[in-house]
Amino acid sequence: MKSLIAQSHSLSDPAVQLDVINNHNEKVKSLDKFENKLEEIGLLPLKPTGIEIFQINVGYMCNMTCKHCHVDAGPDRKEIMTKETLQYCLDALKGTDIETVDLTGGAPEMNPHFRWFVDEVSKLGKHIIVRSNLTILDTRKFENLPQFMADHGVEITCSLPFYSKRRTDIQRGEGTYDKSMKVLKMLNKIGYGKEDSGLQLNLVYNPVGAFLPGDQESLKKQYKERLWKDQDIVFNDLFTITNLPISRYLNFLMQSGNLEEYMEKLINAFNPSAAKGVMCRNTISIGWDGSLYDCDFNQMLQMKTNHGAPDHIKDWNLEKLNNREIVTDQHCFGCTAGAGSSCGGAVT
Amino acid sequence: MDKTYYNPEDLKKFENVTDFQEKLGKKFFDYYGSVFEEGALTAREKSLIALAVAHAVQCPYCIDAYTEDTLEKGCSEEQMMEAVHVATAIRGGASLVHSVQMINKVDKLSM
Repeated sequence: MKSLIAQSHSLSDPAVQLDVINNHNEKVKSLDKFENKLEEIGLLPLKPTGIEIFQINVGYMCNMTCKHCHVDAGPDRKEIMTKETLQYCLDALKGTDIETVDLTGGAPEMNPHFRWFVDEVSKLGKHIIVRSNLTILDTRKFENLPQFMADHGVEITCSLPFYSKRRTDIQRGEGTYDKSMKVLKMLNKIGYGKEDSGLQLNLVYNPVGAFLPGDQESLKKQYKERLWKDQDIVFNDLFTITNLPISRYLNFLMQSGNLEEYMEKLINAFNPSAAKGVMCRNTISIGWDGSLYDCDFNQMLQMKTNHGAPDHIKDWNLEKLNNREIVTDQHCFGCTAGAGSSCGGAVT
Repeated sequence: MDKTYYNPEDLKKFENVTDFQEKLGKKFFDYYGSVFEEGALTAREKSLIALAVAHAVQCPYCIDAYTEDTLEKGCSEEQMMEAVHVATAIRGGASLVHSVQMINKVDKLSM
């Protein structure tokens, strides 16, 4: 499967995506606006609580082309963060007490400077999270990467949209489940996911379809039971993430005739407590070219940090960024529905 | 829209049944909410029971609602279909068990 951009698909254009989720038809146009909801609960303008997570998207290249991917990542994407831009990130981090560096992609492991960068961030004493698709670690080129990550105390957060083969493979491609099981077993073998090993292994659940995630604790329990019973696999935590209506998932919603209902569902499930805890309030997202965003979703919609805050890592200014106004649009309802959603799962 | 007795949009208007009888309607929805809370059974187990019952009573609204609810609660397709088979077995069994009465009657009438 090719990325939307390689297909020259209209939905590869962020402006078209924003137009669709705001104006697709009269029904969509009539739905409540995110800004109005924030205003009702006294959160407009949305301000950060202080940056705690420095999330770097080191490139959109990926060995997979998942149907729901908000990045539109795939083997045909060539956008990769250069060593120079990674150095800007290190320079920015040096002067801060930001504790967590979160590496995402694409498949972040595919950035040619990945090991060097992890090494450098580790020297700064920062906690590192790598968002892995698992299957990349089942290739010869990357087979010794898990031990490298273990040696650096890297937390691995990986995608597993369901505990069954059928649903996992529908979303992520035939054979994904079996490869994922193989890699999870290998990670367990070197200590990941095991109590007291200090090597944190988290799984990410996201709905395979046009529905919202259920209760995170209940799903974690089900995953723990099923993966242990069926595969002898252990892990530490499970994060439920709501699919946001952008990019390939938006394409799915349109093709399946679910767009209006899904938007309505997100909006009806708006939860003020979740809005208070949205991840953009404690996160900054850095794009492959060094541009700054409020989150990885805004990055894919090319909605840079705004309102006087710097919008490139070269112009890093923590004080200004901590006092910025967060840029929002209709897709943000995805993070405020139900128990809320973030890169660390539910927020309430 | 084609004229039909069942319109999926009507499910969203369910709460409007209180318009004609507020007291009883409200009591029903309060009760309904309590029934589906976590209890001796988990919310997930209750959702699977509801899905099975939805098929037994052949309610299209309930089938839509509890298909989505069971998906959200992490049920697999196999679990959902097995729940429907439970409803089917009880419905089919309810017919079949009456054949004992038929057999009794045959015995009584036959030489």
